Amino acid sequence: MPAVQETIDQVRSIDVDQYKYGFETVVEMEKAPKGLSEDVIRFISAKKGEPEWMLQWRLDAYKRWLTMQEPDWARVSYDKIDYNDIYYYAAPKKNQAPKSLDEVDPEILRTYEKLGIPLREQEILAGVEPERRVAVDAVFDSVSVATTFKAELAKAGVIFMPISEAIREYPDLVRQYLGTVVPVTDNFFATLNSAVFTDGSFVYIPPGVRCPMELSTYFRINEKNTGQFERTLIIADKGSYVSYLEGCTAPKRDENQLHAAVVELIALDDAEIKYSTVQNWYPGDAEGRGGIYNFVTKRGDCRGRNSVITWTQVETGSAITWKYPSCILRGDNSRGEFYSIAVSNGMQQVDSGTKMIHLGKNTTSRIISKGIAAGKSENTYRGLVSAHRKATGARNFTNCDSLLIGNECGAHTVPYIESKNATAVFEHEATTSKISEDQMFYCQQRGLSDEEATALIVNGFVKDVLQQLPMEFAVEAQKLISISLEGSVG
Amino acid sequence: MAEIKLMKTPAETGLAQAYETVKTTLPGDAQSRAQAFELFTKNGLPHRRVEEFKYTDLRALMREAAPFAGTPSADEAKAALQDTKALSGVKAIQVPFVNGHFVRDAVDLGGLPEGVEIVPLAEALASGHEWLAKLSPVSWANQNPVYQLNTTFMADGVMLRISGEVDTLIHLRFVTASASAVATATRVLVLVEDGASVTLLESHESTDGANHQPNDVVEMIAGDRTNVRHVRLNAEGDKALALSTLALKVGAEAEFFSLNVVAGAATSRHQVFGVLNGENTKVRINGTTMLKGGQHADSTLVVEHAAPHCESRELFKTVIDGEATGVFQGKIIVPHHAQKTDGRMMSAALLLSDGGTMNNKPELEIFADDVQCAHGATCGQLDEDLMFYLMARGLPKKEAESLMVQAFLGEAIEFVDNQDVHDALVNVLEGWLRARA
Repeated sequence: MPAVQETIDQVRSIDVDQYKYGFETVVEMEKAPKGLSEDVIRFISAKKGEPEWMLQWRLDAYKRWLTMQEPDWARVSYDKIDYNDIYYYAAPKKNQAPKSLDEVDPEILRTYEKLGIPLREQEILAGVEPERRVAVDAVFDSVSVATTFKAELAKAGVIFMPISEAIREYPDLVRQYLGTVVPVTDNFFATLNSAVFTDGSFVYIPPGVRCPMELSTYFRINEKNTGQFERTLIIADKGSYVSYLEGCTAPKRDENQLHAAVVELIALDDAEIKYSTVQNWYPGDAEGRGGIYNFVTKRGDCRGRNSVITWTQVETGSAITWKYPSCILRGDNSRGEFYSIAVSNGMQQVDSGTKMIHLGKNTTSRIISKGIAAGKSENTYRGLVSAHRKATGARNFTNCDSLLIGNECGAHTVPYIESKNATAVFEHEATTSKISEDQMFYCQQRGLSDEEATALIVNGFVKDVLQQLPMEFAVEAQKLISISLEGSVG
Repeated sequence: MAEIKLMKTPAETGLAQAYETVKTTLPGDAQSRAQAFELFTKNGLPHRRVEEFKYTDLRALMREAAPFAGTPSADEAKAALQDTKALSGVKAIQVPFVNGHFVRDAVDLGGLPEGVEIVPLAEALASGHEWLAKLSPVSWANQNPVYQLNTTFMADGVMLRISGEVDTLIHLRFVTASASAVATATRVLVLVEDGASVTLLESHESTDGANHQPNDVVEMIAGDRTNVRHVRLNAEGDKALALSTLALKVGAEAEFFSLNVVAGAATSRHQVFGVLNGENTKVRINGTTMLKGGQHADSTLVVEHAAPHCESRELFKTVIDGEATGVFQGKIIVPHHAQKTDGRMMSAALLLSDGGTMNNKPELEIFADDVQCAHGATCGQLDEDLMFYLMARGLPKKEAESLMVQAFLGEAIEFVDNQDVHDALVNVLEGWLRARA
């Protein structure tokens, strides 16, 4: 079955030429010299006022990176990146350690206003109090420009600050966890990130604390010829809970820009981390000029017993996406979940999916992935589910569907399912025939047409995925809710 | 960032030496062999960093290259065939190969039933037979290193042409009989004319205790409105490293069925490369694999829907005992124009022991927007509830297990419509279960 009209319209409304966040902010910037060298790394480290061990860590990563080769196994193609033609550090000049929002360049504040990101706490409080409040860390190119609700979070014992600040203020905590989920040597882009990362968020939730509000980081690439290399580290100590959301946009430009981030999540005993992404980087124009290369390593470590990590992503942006948010299910009874909707348009290329690595006993994982390809785009789901020898009682359920609109695009599924334990039960399916005849009959009996009934049932299912997103940011994703997946192919 | 150059392994060096030794004696066009070997040498034996061989690292699994077997004498061939058992209860025209060479004395080439023609390949290669132009029907199979090796070294085989409805079964019997390890490269080309139908059997046997290295390729061009049933049994010896390829091109409104049963070899890899080249064709490719001890078996499958309105069904069942490793890699490709394609691929694995491993990779590559493609993969142990149910009715544990394994594997064998063949395969299955108990 081909896609229904409603779906086509919905996808069209977020097509590449409809990109709304493509404006540019003109502020005076301070940059590191172009290119990558030990000196640039020393420059970044000095700018951040880092301790010696951090600089050494970066330099070791850089040395390692020089010996590595760019991976080419993903189903994406692009011209070779000249790593010496990129600025690795760019920060607004007036942003030399602002004490409050008043010291931040008003141009930047206006930018976030335009993007609809609340940076002023009182503004949120003045109006009708929303159901839930959100603390925001706003990252502009290479630096964090503002972090809201820090004081209120501190009362609960929650640390939420730019990682560069955390390295100075809580060096022991950072040192204990940084690089323990994504090792410095993990892969080409992660190693590059380890050498040159500039900002990102650091979150620590103390034992037994339920984080009193949503945390979020908003990434904005603004400056020309810069790469953004953010690093996020979230630690949920025993019995704690946190929900975190990241959003990202960039101006329209004709050249490609590199975004190579590393996100590490650590959940200790009984802790839960929900990590949601609304990825809306500039996707390039209809001819495939420009756009962000989104080469990201995201990994969560369910280190403690009964811990839970949930990844939810709504992916509509980027010229090329190369990203596999994963869970290492180390603790017994731990759980990993991955919910994804990836929509590709124009000339976009998406190679995304997840890895669920079952190490502990009775670990469970669930993967729900929906890929929608339109225009001339390529949309690939690539996922690994593996059970190691000791993962007795591991369970996985995977469901990945894809939908094509038009016949110039491609949808691909590349799952890897590896089991080394007899008691592990893995199920993988990629069909839309999961709508039961009973459900269809029930709906039709009440006067709904075939299409309406299918839409209703499928939407009910997709909503499950989207409800994983924090309310405040679900708006963007809501547009996709009504996308019917009728006509899906496996 | 310097390119990392891999050292040549002893097996690769051995293959290069073997090629130098035999290249002047091999029949036919030397250029295509040289080309194939050049392609092979460029990349060497595939290893785990080569995506298609991720789970079957031939560089590690093939320690040494066994010498290529010479042509057996008439007595040797006769003796070798006497010892063979695989599918022996099934009445069929026997087309035997011993150590990679067609045993001409065993077949009355002039007295074949109507619609069956057999041409020995070695002679055809030497004389430049016109059917040779039909070799390599699946162009992209040439990129495959296992296939390249067969093209380089193929010494003998047959070309088979089927026209009309052929009721008699044809049994291609591949036997490797030698106390010391030998390598073979046999090639069979099957041409099924428009409207023809046939049932082909393949059995592969080799002597236990020797590290034989057979590499067989069966190629088939099935025309429009053909109906082909193909059953293959791997009953190789316990030390063999068996590589095999089925390259297939099917025309319009045809039906094709293939089943590969793996019961032997230390290491095996069976590759199916299929192209559905005409509209309204139905293809079913099944696999049944039984593994124990340290066995390793790989089923790799690529099906290209090159025409619209075709249907393909793939069902692979794997049972793993001991420390064995099962691999399933399947891929359905649907290009832009292949609208209304209906493809379904399923791989199910049963792990009977704690030491077993199953690797599944069911892949879809879809460019057409009005198609139905599905794939599924499961992996697990025997259902405890069902076991309890059977044991509550007085069945000992082993018997209950056997019953369930039989039911599990039976699903893929069910599709064999010839009763004798079906029964012979069930015998193989039961034999495997008995050996386990």
